[in-house]
Amino acid sequence: MNRRDGMSGLTIENLSMRFDLPNGTAVQALKDISLKIKQGELMSVLGPSGCGKTTLLNIVAGFLAPTEGRITLNGHLVKGPDAERGMVFQQGALFEWMNVRENVSFGPRMAGRREKDWGGTVDHLLDVVGLRDFKEKAVYELSGGMQQRVALARCLANDPDVILMDEPLGALDALTREKMQSLVLKLWKETGKTIILITHSVEEALLLGERLLVMAPRPGRIHREYRLPFADLGVGQDLRQVKRHPEFAQRREEILGMIWDMEEEIMGRTEESA
Amino acid sequence: MIVLLIYAAIFVASYVIVKLVVHRQARDYTSLKTVTFGDESAVTPNRIASVVSILSIFLLWAAFTGSTLVPRFLHAPGPFIGDATFTYTAEAEGQRDDATVTVRVFRVGEDVAVPEVDPGDGWAKNDSDTVGAWRSGLIRVDRNDELGRDSGHAVVAVNGQPIEPGGSVQTDFGRVGMSPKGTLNFEPAKGWQMEPIWLPPPEAVLTRLVEISREGYRDSTLWEHLGYSLFRVLVGFVTGALVGIPLGYAMGLSNWFRGWFDPIVEFMRPVPPLALIPLVIIWAGIGETGKIILLFLAALWIMAIAARSGVSGVRISKVHAAYSLGASKGQIMRHVIVPNSLPEIFTGARVAMGVCWGTVVAAELVAAEKGAGMMIMVASKFQLTDIVIMGIILIGVIGFGIDILMRKAEKALVPWKGRG
Repeated sequence: MNRRDGMSGLTIENLSMRFDLPNGTAVQALKDISLKIKQGELMSVLGPSGCGKTTLLNIVAGFLAPTEGRITLNGHLVKGPDAERGMVFQQGALFEWMNVRENVSFGPRMAGRREKDWGGTVDHLLDVVGLRDFKEKAVYELSGGMQQRVALARCLANDPDVILMDEPLGALDALTREKMQSLVLKLWKETGKTIILITHSVEEALLLGERLLVMAPRPGRIHREYRLPFADLGVGQDLRQVKRHPEFAQRREEILGMIWDMEEEIMGRTEESA
Repeated sequence: MIVLLIYAAIFVASYVIVKLVVHRQARDYTSLKTVTFGDESAVTPNRIASVVSILSIFLLWAAFTGSTLVPRFLHAPGPFIGDATFTYTAEAEGQRDDATVTVRVFRVGEDVAVPEVDPGDGWAKNDSDTVGAWRSGLIRVDRNDELGRDSGHAVVAVNGQPIEPGGSVQTDFGRVGMSPKGTLNFEPAKGWQMEPIWLPPPEAVLTRLVEISREGYRDSTLWEHLGYSLFRVLVGFVTGALVGIPLGYAMGLSNWFRGWFDPIVEFMRPVPPLALIPLVIIWAGIGETGKIILLFLAALWIMAIAARSGVSGVRISKVHAAYSLGASKGQIMRHVIVPNSLPEIFTGARVAMGVCWGTVVAAELVAAEKGAGMMIMVASKFQLTDIVIMGIILIGVIGFGIDILMRKAEKALVPWKGRG
């Protein structure tokens, strides 16, 4: 099937989300967001806290129903969670009562497939994420970085069309994080999946985004969009090399300034209301 | 009080000795960690202390009951045993005369003969009598005197010290008191040891244990008594869990169930199962049914609450992850929610087993034909303190054993507990 035709990819149309609070007021978490993400695109989403990034991701995943607007994937409407949209969480989403291999094979097993169908894929994925020797280990015996690699492999074993990542590397130390960033780029190139990645780190957003979306809060909306070369550069070479790219530093300063202004605006507003 | 002081002294002394002799090597930085209060990992039980603690309890028990298990020099001063003597001065018809009283103090339960004494000179004759250790006895010294109460016989002094009705005189062998009517009352010195009827020595308890495990007590063997208690606990706990866990799941998953059962569970939870004993006896009698209903009720609420919090405690990201991996509701129930709730259910089961064991003993104290609680209740009515203590120790050992087993089961079945 040709996925680069008009029907393929993820389309978000006029999406709005309003939360009604118990005290009678309402919070406009997202307002009128429209996006088109092509099959195989790597998009990172950045923004100050409270800008609705996670809400957006939860709506795409199908955990939340939007107040207005619609989402279509490859031409059909998104209604609820589905195996076609895999999700990688920050941490704590692995199943402690299963070992590494059982965690990774969860999706295929739930689909009722037999081990001879999924065994090869799962073992290959464990090799790719470097956990071949840890197959039989309990997940709580692994380090944080290894746990996130299990989560990545688990998501890929299910062969989703879109991978949604909610700050998957947020809880890792700097060195592990850099290694994991390379791994994400490698997996993206090898599998050709559409990936939407939410992050708090400007550097990470630059490195792991063909497209970078900067969101603004109150109400959550798209502030700016960039097309960046760094993800493609990072596939072949050391990420530290990429960070030395002159455009990288320039973009980083630009976006940092942008987010600083937004944060300051929020602070100012809360001080006024207080 | 003395016992408590000695215990405290042993505590301090053994601490100092162990610190000096054994714990030379504990000079690493972990000793600094105890500064941060609440860092429990820095405090581990000192096993030497545990051993010394248990040993000193037994030592004190043996020393203050005159046990044959410890050498004599460790014994606390015992009660006076043997022939005690004191003299009295009597007055009748204006004449005074002295006489000696010999009292044989014997261990209660042993055969004893009244010591033979020479009547002596004068109108007041020497007397003799017997009194059990830790007891006291009235001594009618005027009975054999030539001038009796009709002649106005009255004792005016003991061992040369004046005495009057209501007063008393201390002698080397114990206290001689005088009743308001003028009769002497001898109370031999008790020493510091406990009377066996209050606290029997360890070997007496041990002998009783051997005897009862061979011959049984009240028409049932020891194993029957303990087995019945355990059987009731098991049946009550299992039925309670079989109903309580599904109820807890339903409450954790459905608003309607939660709303329907919340008031009932929240009301029944703080009601101690012991308070239900009278009602259960009225409804179901004192037989097995009543006890099992009671234990069922004791376990039910605990298990329901444990299962409920196990279900509602699941991290939403785990459920979301399972959904986005394509799992159905039933599969999420089976592969995510149930295993995720197991640690909580095990904690609940441990609590429930402890409560059930306590409740069954209490219920048997009230009314039962067989059981550990019944055994000690009946024994206490006959003042068989050794059986009471034996029963308490056995109940404690079994309760401890149940908890150890539950912990082992927990480790084997839910190794991920607390690691999520």
